Amino acid sequence: MKTKNLLEVKNLKQYFPIKTGLFKTKPLKAVDDVSFTVGHGETLGLVGESGCGKTTVGRSLLHLYEPTGGEILFNGCKVTKKTIGSLRREMQMVFQDPYSSLNPRMTVEDIIGEPFDVHKLYSGRKERREKILSLMELVGLNAEHATRYAHEFSGGQRQRIGIARALAVNPKFIVCDEPVSALDVSIQAQIINMFEDLQAKLGVAYLFIAHDLLVVHHISNRIAVMYLGKIVEISDSDALKTNPMHPYTQSLLSAIPIPDPKTARSRRRIVPEGDVPSPLNVPEGCAFQTRCRRVSQKCTQSCPPLCDKGNGHLVACWHA
Amino acid sequence: MNNNNGFPKKHPLSVQLDLTKFEPLTEDEKRQQDIMSTPTTFFKDGMRKLFKNPLAVISIIILLLIAVTIIVAPVIVPYKYSEIISVNGVRDKTAKNLAPFTYSEKEQAYREAGGKVFPHIFGTDAMSRDYFIRVVYGTRVSLLVGLVASALVLVIGLIYGSIAGYVGGKTDLIMMRIVDIIYSLPDMLIIILLSVVLDQVLGGLSIGILSKLGTNLISIFIVFGLLYWVGEARLVRGQILTIKKNEYVLAARAIGAKPGRIIRKHILPNCISVIIISTALQIPSAIFTESFLSFVGLGVQAPMPSLGSLANAAREGLQSFPFKLVFPALIICLIVLSFNLLGDGLRDAFDPKLRK
Repeated sequence: MKTKNLLEVKNLKQYFPIKTGLFKTKPLKAVDDVSFTVGHGETLGLVGESGCGKTTVGRSLLHLYEPTGGEILFNGCKVTKKTIGSLRREMQMVFQDPYSSLNPRMTVEDIIGEPFDVHKLYSGRKERREKILSLMELVGLNAEHATRYAHEFSGGQRQRIGIARALAVNPKFIVCDEPVSALDVSIQAQIINMFEDLQAKLGVAYLFIAHDLLVVHHISNRIAVMYLGKIVEISDSDALKTNPMHPYTQSLLSAIPIPDPKTARSRRRIVPEGDVPSPLNVPEGCAFQTRCRRVSQKCTQSCPPLCDKGNGHLVACWHA
Repeated sequence: MNNNNGFPKKHPLSVQLDLTKFEPLTEDEKRQQDIMSTPTTFFKDGMRKLFKNPLAVISIIILLLIAVTIIVAPVIVPYKYSEIISVNGVRDKTAKNLAPFTYSEKEQAYREAGGKVFPHIFGTDAMSRDYFIRVVYGTRVSLLVGLVASALVLVIGLIYGSIAGYVGGKTDLIMMRIVDIIYSLPDMLIIILLSVVLDQVLGGLSIGILSKLGTNLISIFIVFGLLYWVGEARLVRGQILTIKKNEYVLAARAIGAKPGRIIRKHILPNCISVIIISTALQIPSAIFTESFLSFVGLGVQAPMPSLGSLANAAREGLQSFPFKLVFPALIICLIVLSFNLLGDGLRDAFDPKLRK
């Protein structure tokens, strides 16, 4: 069974109850009405500032949180509590912090081999070991590292271990939750290139979550921009860079550092006013209205839907 | 500075490093680079640290000596803990309250006639029984109580605390309120009440081991199992709550591991050190409680001695025969002190927060 899109997310909602009083709870809308698709072997970048719900989207996709509402279709199969067990072999995750995402009491061999043990994917000790060693080779780790513990490795090597663990079940889709933000720049490049090589070799699709637009632009086919739990713009990554339509995307792009002081000086930065409102009281209407320079009456009244502006460039803004 | 060793002369104003101050590596030093340390596990590392701690090593030696003594002594010493000393097959009722390494008149006479009498290392008690063997059996009982009770506490506390901590939410709330209620009961009172009640309940059923151990001993185990697990459960729950937040637990869930596997493979190995330490410290407290209960007469049944009941019996002739109090009291002190020091040593060796 092969569908047009590998992953289809429709109106995903993820609310967390927050205690506001002794018996009162209020929903924190971490992800509110998010829809997007990821094609076979495609990379969708997901950017946004801290706390906008990027990570929550990734975790909800894998049912690490039970979604409050909406529908997730993977290869035409609805992701629910019942189906997720078998779908975990198709969808995997690479975590942000390479230091806390590896169990300090396990050897590299056991960490990478854990998916084999859980899903019983090998027939004997020898086969298990061979598979682990081939995975380690795939992500660029030496075979003699197999018996070592995670704390004996550097951040980049640890992230490679995490990637090998995600690849162990041979997934079709990997959620990369800020996999390079904890690494320094030179290592970031290595890991990003490895992600690209792996995609070319294995044909996996990525949801690449990050807050570094340059990194995301480099690796992604398409980019989605999130603000306060909502997607405000999705488009082809080049189109987004050359022609950002949403005021938030414009200000994000204007903040990308330019490695040339002369051009950098002549550039005009668009700095949105004020702070991000608390996700506990998101303003009615457009979520970005409190900081937008093009705010109008209409923005305070109703929330703009994601509209296609041609060539699959979707924007949620009344003025775009 | 000169050119003799092949280095160019350094200009006085140059900031270049002075090459003459360097010397080539010797072959030995080069080889040091080749050898990477073998990966040590957390456990091995901790054990190495433990054996560097003199107090902990002394405690381990003392505990081993005591263990060997209580296992070997009953085989070597020809007396029994419940039997009056007999000389040449005849009961010797004159051998009361002998001081250590002395003999009664009958034994003396037998010795002079050429017979051999095993010395009374700790003397004898008021009922002409060899005191050493009684202390040995008393130590057996006390250690058994200490180990079994802490094992019970460990198992119950571990399971209860793991479930409460891992499941969380309402389950945790209810489970921990139950713990709070048990915690707030005055434990000594409950122990005394329970051992009286259990004594009568268990008195009816005398099956194999039960009758051999004595109902009182069983009731002590049950009391410990019922009351003292709460501290352990709280400790385990707290540990699990902190470890649960780590991303590797989330990663295991993403892989598809079941909760049982996550607790076994990911959570418990990361808090096992804290659990080992608290168990090591639980043993002396169990021994202490058992001694206290035996001292007030709620402990093990009459012919079977325990360190507490021996101390209690020694009170009667305290002024004439002080040694009878000294021996059991000394053994209790040694065991409790050793376990406490060992527990401290374990904590220093295994608690990552105390690492230097």
